[in-house]
Amino acid sequence: MVFFFQNLVNALQWGSFYAMIALGYSMVYSILMLFNFAHGDIFMVGAYIGFGVATALVTLSASGFLALPGWMILVLTILLSMFLTSFVGMIVERVGYRPLRDAPRASAAITGLMIGIMLETGNLILLGARRVSFPPLIESVTYNVGGVFVTNKKIMIVLISLGFMLALHLFVQKTRYGMAMRAMAFDYVVVPLLGIPINTIARLTFAIGSALAAVAGILFGLAYPVLDPYMGIVFGWKAFVAAILGGRGSIMGATLAGFLMGFIEIFVAMVFPSTLRDLIAYSIILLILVFRPHGFFGEPYSARLRL
Amino acid sequence: MALLEIRHMTHYFGGLRAVHDYNLDIEPGQVRGLIGPNGAGKTTIFNLITGIHRPGEGRILLDGEELVGRQPHEIAARGLGRTFQDLRLWRHMTVLDHVKMARYSKIGYGLVGAFFSTPRRNREEAQIEEKARELLEMMNISHLADQMVPNLPYGAQRRVEMARALSTEPKILFLDEPTAGMNPEELIQMMGIIRRVREQLGLAIFLIEHRLKMVMELCEIIQTLVFGEVIAEGPPDDIKNNPAVIEAYLGKEIVE
Repeated sequence: MVFFFQNLVNALQWGSFYAMIALGYSMVYSILMLFNFAHGDIFMVGAYIGFGVATALVTLSASGFLALPGWMILVLTILLSMFLTSFVGMIVERVGYRPLRDAPRASAAITGLMIGIMLETGNLILLGARRVSFPPLIESVTYNVGGVFVTNKKIMIVLISLGFMLALHLFVQKTRYGMAMRAMAFDYVVVPLLGIPINTIARLTFAIGSALAAVAGILFGLAYPVLDPYMGIVFGWKAFVAAILGGRGSIMGATLAGFLMGFIEIFVAMVFPSTLRDLIAYSIILLILVFRPHGFFGEPYSARLRL
Repeated sequence: MALLEIRHMTHYFGGLRAVHDYNLDIEPGQVRGLIGPNGAGKTTIFNLITGIHRPGEGRILLDGEELVGRQPHEIAARGLGRTFQDLRLWRHMTVLDHVKMARYSKIGYGLVGAFFSTPRRNREEAQIEEKARELLEMMNISHLADQMVPNLPYGAQRRVEMARALSTEPKILFLDEPTAGMNPEELIQMMGIIRRVREQLGLAIFLIEHRLKMVMELCEIIQTLVFGEVIAEGPPDDIKNNPAVIEAYLGKEIVE
């Protein structure tokens, strides 16, 4: 039982990463009917930006010029990195997606792949092939709760992720921007005729998705402090699977699917040899899709209208 | 100067001349009609004015300001609201959400307000809700506010669409066949609503319609469009008795 709870804690943390990245895929898909395949690499860029910001703040703090406690550095790192990474997303939208919005789907789909490769190699050129390590920022404290070992970082990662997911949910449900996003998800023609600038909304969607990916990148860096330029690929693909599994453009779905995938992976690894983890985990997910081809919250038909 | 002024608007789709030398003046509070056989180019004219297509030639002035070349959302925000022949509603949103959403361009709070839920956002969102409910009241569908649109009868869906168009606070409301597919009872109700909208909100209305009885009763001036050209323009009685119109379009109806 203790073993189970130990893995549950790990699964929650792992699921947080998937869910946070899956949200970005899902949001972009819902309004543009396109998957932004560069999103995994935006997660990577976010982690690196977080690394840069955190390192700078730590250095600044150590120099005595601006002595900040670790938690304050973490908060500042998250906020600044979200801000900076959102621009990466907006540039990707402007350069890669807007000019191709009416292009054949396949062309628009590969722009993401190409931009992803550009971001990876760009990072290699900029920082070289070495791996970098994320500064620890906060001291690790381990609590023993009835035999289950929980670190303060794991708790923090799960809570911060849930906090941002809730904030996103409120944003989408309760603000004029969120409403415009929801409307745009179903119709491209009517929405501008109601006075809503669709380019602005598309840009905003990319910005928010990228900012969330940056948070995921920083939290990942806290838990697994070694970053490399290709870290976004596998994560990106898995989060993409989560976005589909959650159902078309559903925030709730992407969140649940992200956590579910974390659970499946961790619990498969608990029972089977870890080399078989992904093979078995993704067989299970494939099986779920066979029975629910539209994902958890997807709809069995598409009603996108176009003139 | 008229509220909306269109001069020499001409548009081609490939080699096909869809609209030729179209002119229009709409005065504040005026109700105008556009009739013509299927394929005459009526909806195209709406699409050209509201910015879905950019006219090849001609000028469109709203309050003296050029609209040609502007984005559809800018044109809508400046005061042109419209409905569609085929209802374009969102099946995943409630009636109230439809109407609230359309106020986007009338709201001032920005991203900071949205992210941090400032007092200004809260105040404005409350106003949006109040305005939206007023419009639903005017359309007699306030009891359906929280329903999802696909659950509503057709006549009610038409009213949702009208409320949504009004929610953008247009100076001119463009109605593309507002009674298409309606039964006689729904038709009478819709005419009542159009009259009420005009009286209470004082806005101009430009409508495309196939039901001549309705156009003749509601409109002050009617244009008849055939193959993209206006062949007659005038008050209902003139249109009714115009030989060219009778030949092109009205023939059978008049005999009846």
